Amino acid sequence: MADLVSHPDEVKVVSKRFGKGATNLDRYLELDGYKAVQKALAMGPDAIINEVKNSGLRGRGGAGFSTGMKWSFVPKQSPKPKYVLCNGDESEPGTCKDRLIFEHDPHAVIEGVVIAGLSVGSHVGYIYVRGEYRYLSEIMQKAIRDAYARGFLGKNIFGSGYDFDVYWHGGAGAYEVGEESALMESLEGKRGIPRIRPPFPAVVGLWGGPTIINNAETLANVPHIIMGGAEWYAGLGPPKNGGTRLFCLSGHLSRPGVYELPMGYNLKKMIYEVAGGIPNGRKLKAVVPGGASTPVLTADEVDVGMDFDSLAKAGSMLGSGGVVVLDDATCMVKFALRTIKFYQHESCGWCIPCREGTDWLKKTLARFHAGAGLKKDIDNIYYLAENMLGRTFCPLGDAAAMPTMAFVKKFRKEFEDHLEGKPCPYEPLGRTMELPVLAH
Amino acid sequence: MPDVNITVDGKKVTAPAGTLLIEACKSVGIEVPSFCYYPNLSLQGACRMCLVKVEKMPKLQTACTTVISEGMAVTTDSPEIHQARKSMVELVLGNHPLDCPVCDAGGECELQDMTFSYGAAESKYIEPKNHREEQQWSPVVYFDRPRCILCYRCVRVCGEGMDVWALGVQNRGVSSIIAPNKEDHLECEECGMCIDICPVGALTSGAYRYKTRPWEMKHVGTTCTHCADGCKTTLGVRRSDSGMEIVRGDNRDKSGINGDFLCIKGRYGFDFADHAERLKQPMIRKDGRLTPSTWEEAFELIGREFSRVQQQDGGQAIGVVGSNRTTNEESYLLQKFARVVLGTNNIDHHRTADFPALAAALTGKPDLTASMRDVFNAPAILLIGNDPTNQHPLLAWQIRNNVRLHGARLYLVNAEPIKLERQATSVTQVPSGAEGRVAAFLAGDDSAADALTGNTNREGWIALRDKLRSEANLIIIFGSEIRGGDVSSLVKFTLNIQGAKLVCLADYANSRGAADMGLYPDLLPGYQPVAQASKFHEEWGAVPQTRGLTLPEMVESARTGKLKAWYVVGANPIGRFAIDPYVFSKSFVVVQDMFLTETAAMADVVLPAANAYEKSGTFTNTCGDLQVVKKAGEVSEVKPDFEMIVRIAAAMGFDVRQLVPFGPGTRMDMGQSRGAQSGEADRHAVWLEARGLEPKMSPFDPTAILDEIQRLVPGYDVPRINLLAGNDQHTSLSQSGPGAAQNPKLIVAAKDDLFSSGTLGRYSRALNSVMENHRNQPAESDVVAD
Ligand SMILES: Cc1cc2nc3c(=O)[nH]c(=O)nc-3n(C[C@H](O)[C@H](O)[C@H](O)COP(=O)(O)O)c2cc1C
Ligand code: SF4
Ligand code: SF4
Ligand code: SF4
Ligand code: SF4
Ligand code: FES
Repeated sequence: MADLVSHPDEVKVVSKRFGKGATNLDRYLELDGYKAVQKALAMGPDAIINEVKNSGLRGRGGAGFSTGMKWSFVPKQSPKPKYVLCNGDESEPGTCKDRLIFEHDPHAVIEGVVIAGLSVGSHVGYIYVRGEYRYLSEIMQKAIRDAYARGFLGKNIFGSGYDFDVYWHGGAGAYEVGEESALMESLEGKRGIPRIRPPFPAVVGLWGGPTIINNAETLANVPHIIMGGAEWYAGLGPPKNGGTRLFCLSGHLSRPGVYELPMGYNLKKMIYEVAGGIPNGRKLKAVVPGGASTPVLTADEVDVGMDFDSLAKAGSMLGSGGVVVLDDATCMVKFALRTIKFYQHESCGWCIPCREGTDWLKKTLARFHAGAGLKKDIDNIYYLAENMLGRTFCPLGDAAAMPTMAFVKKFRKEFEDHLEGKPCPYEPLGRTMELPVLAH
Repeated sequence: MPDVNITVDGKKVTAPAGTLLIEACKSVGIEVPSFCYYPNLSLQGACRMCLVKVEKMPKLQTACTTVISEGMAVTTDSPEIHQARKSMVELVLGNHPLDCPVCDAGGECELQDMTFSYGAAESKYIEPKNHREEQQWSPVVYFDRPRCILCYRCVRVCGEGMDVWALGVQNRGVSSIIAPNKEDHLECEECGMCIDICPVGALTSGAYRYKTRPWEMKHVGTTCTHCADGCKTTLGVRRSDSGMEIVRGDNRDKSGINGDFLCIKGRYGFDFADHAERLKQPMIRKDGRLTPSTWEEAFELIGREFSRVQQQDGGQAIGVVGSNRTTNEESYLLQKFARVVLGTNNIDHHRTADFPALAAALTGKPDLTASMRDVFNAPAILLIGNDPTNQHPLLAWQIRNNVRLHGARLYLVNAEPIKLERQATSVTQVPSGAEGRVAAFLAGDDSAADALTGNTNREGWIALRDKLRSEANLIIIFGSEIRGGDVSSLVKFTLNIQGAKLVCLADYANSRGAADMGLYPDLLPGYQPVAQASKFHEEWGAVPQTRGLTLPEMVESARTGKLKAWYVVGANPIGRFAIDPYVFSKSFVVVQDMFLTETAAMADVVLPAANAYEKSGTFTNTCGDLQVVKKAGEVSEVKPDFEMIVRIAAAMGFDVRQLVPFGPGTRMDMGQSRGAQSGEADRHAVWLEARGLEPKMSPFDPTAILDEIQRLVPGYDVPRINLLAGNDQHTSLSQSGPGAAQNPKLIVAAKDDLFSSGTLGRYSRALNSVMENHRNQPAESDVVAD
């Protein structure tokens, strides 16, 4: 279990109850728990959706799609049951926030799921939690049991006449299953392979029924929006980027950890003030701003607001909130290799470009880093990634291609320094092969 | 469905709403490359070869998963698209062993073709390729993982198409691998569909692998010789010492009634043709032993003996047994020979379905028989009796895939649980042997319901009948359980349902042809009673007009010494009906066969016969679809039954022109005399036909008889050019003769299963090895008990 950190600049919304014993249902109720869902019951579907739309809440799972908008795509009438699916498969290197929510505030996730259900007329929700988060399964399951015991879940919730069931489901250890359509396949008991889209889950999802799929953090925000109002929430961040975000600051930092900061918070400030800067007298070399799939920023590019639009303008992505900071003793070739190793290992293998592309990238980069690189490899690596980009069956291929292209483009010199049988110039600095992430 | 207009590469295309872009492109002749897309199987989007540019979409789109929408503007080739495809090919080739020089698929490999089109001549990778050892999954299925491009076609065809689900994908990422259902081997229907559909050489056939290169084979399109469904198949034929060797059966030509399909028998069961025990020489019994002779000697002896018996005891002292596996021309010729030359109506065959009853009931009615193609498209199907998965693999495929793709409703009535229940809308169990009562009940005899308890009560049966009556265009398929009067009941029921049609199931490749061609003691071709068929009497001159003996009657007659001679063509009555061989020892017996069967072993003269791969002609499948059988090549030691019949007639001093009305011609025949060039000869025949030229020039030319069949047998007057071009032509029973009441006991179902094929199957190494393998596998229940 990770230690909690804090900083005065933090604006605590989702992390409000962290460290306050809210896994206990009574304690959760003391901390204003389950009020939002009762309010939502009174509001009715349209009002809930409007509130969430106006709050500017955008998906925290990576793509940053407007949550209220997504909910509004669910057809009102459906011959098949509708579902809510909470995506807690959190597996992207650098991202480690959903686990804190499950650990410290599980009822907030349940509440978010129920409110999402109310907004579309669904009566069943699933909370899918990453398989490796074994220690969270008992916490989540107990929370669900407790909520049932009080009549907050099940038949006639809060005496409203509305039925709502919530189930927990544990993953089996695949990053790809975080992709929403693979997630549904996995939940249905099949191999974790994405589906052809369209149709999108909001129309044809779990077992063919319309399905809302949201990230755990996204859903945990919803009760606060219902209670605090759209206007308040939207005002926390820049336009169209409502609220706050759990930023997972990791890597070469003095005070790494998960901090809740307003959307649009400056990255440079985040590194030097919030997380205490680079330790050991080293200098900043690069930052991966939103989880391993987002293109790297150089030290010169970090004066940027951490919201979806500003980062897109800077040529990268806010992604899933994993900020990985690298100091000047880091070998970027090795880092590229470590990143691609992950994607090679996690590729589901369904489509040619990702299955074969990640494998050849890994092989080439491994040889390259080991000192047997050829000059043409540098272009080949870029060529491989470029030819995967935008052509794979699901975005995992892009997630592997985009950072690779950025590494080559922005750190070509480091690649060249590895040529002609020279040993890795950074090896003497004694870094391990591991990608710096928070301890599990 | 309403039509949608799109443009593809500037061309306007109109196609029904819901059409996939890749199909819309195909409809105007624009081929979008694909590996994983396969018509009628679920969509995958896995290979990314079909990427095209759709206007207003930022990324390239997969044409195989995109449904067309009004106004869509599509570009199927551009430098960007070309590059995308090129890189996909580069990526698959990266881990591909490139062992094309020894790979079975070399020369007919989609990956080779794609490499040729999108040329990735240089490899960008120098790392070792990922390797896995080749695996044998069954006697007929081998898997070579490094060649696999993971298109998942095999997985889908086995699951969705065959409903066997024996293949799956294991592991993930670059370790993904196609895996068989029993860890390291397959337990399945061994259809080989997975092999045929594999775009590369990853799945290979045990019977074919490493035997030849595709371009060394001649490809002969013909019809399968096993069950009565009549799959179109392409034989891969090579020259060999004995003339020719068939090395492969597949269905590269998808134009047949079977589309993609072939079962294990069609795909592998051709190897009886070069079995070591194949008869290669005529034999004459001398001093009690069969000893090799010359053809001349043999024909002379037969001619002499038949003539002697005929003169001494009359034609009725000779019995003729025809075959379910000879061509229509041969069956027709055989019965004509019996009636015209021998002067007897003593002719019969192993009956496996009551076609005379069907013909009788359908006479004068509108066309009420369904073709094999119809079965794939019917909105509803009623199947009474039979187990098509085992006995009619193609029919089962048609039904299954009709249900899957078109949502047809399948109503099953059966005494046993059968696999097709998985596709059925309703399953009604009937007490074994009571299937006939179902027909009576359906036709309106409510009292019949009392015999039909099973798991359904009277109300259930009535509800079923009401439901069926509302099923317009229903196809009613019935097995040999339904015979005689029950057949006419079923026809009566059929007539009450709008558009309903019938299929009667028989068991062997040309059982329907044998029946249609008149291998009956009381019926001439087209089910015309012997005494009434004036057309034939005019044509043939004097023929006996009293009914002859049925097969059991002939046996009885031989037992009492009245029947003095037997002429058995392509049949094994001793083996099939467990007749006491002693019965045959008292008469003069001539047998034409491929093997020394139980019957041949009793013969006085045995003539080695060509099989259906070694001769040309036509077959009629159980539905009545007429198709050509083409000669794959010449085998010098054997003769087609057709030629032997003519030679015997000649040896009896008969003017063969009266038997085979061949005319002087200047052209070659139907492929009969062109040996290894028969593929060309078939095209040649089409060419001749198109010019109105008569190809027949010898008395051994079956087309001469085909002329007569088409002229005299009702329903067979189909366009000849279509037939010879290899297209199935449905024949109709509506103008048949009134048939005759038959003794239902004369019908004996063959009860072949998926892996057996009567006498023929006993000589197939492939079929035997599969059966052997299945026997050696512990039954599922034993495994569980362990
Ligand atoms: C390869 C891949 C992995 C993903 N993993 C996760 C994940 O672990 N958790 C998550 O919430 N979203 C993940 N996503 C994003 C989901 O597909 C989906 O967009 C998200 O769950 C939607 O929720 P949101 O709108 O609340 O962000 C992943 C996407 C891809 C392509
Ligand atoms: S890009 Fe293709 S291989 Fe990669 S995870 Fe997605 S579907 Fe699987
Ligand atoms: S041979 Fe036929 S049944 Fe067996 S695995 Fe292949 S497709 Fe499936
Ligand atoms: S074995 Fe052949 S058909 Fe099956 S996935 Fe591999 S390449 Fe495709
Ligand atoms: S289904 Fe019948 S006709 Fe078709 S391949 Fe099999 S045995 Fe031959
Ligand atoms: S054919 Fe379209 S992705 Fe394979």
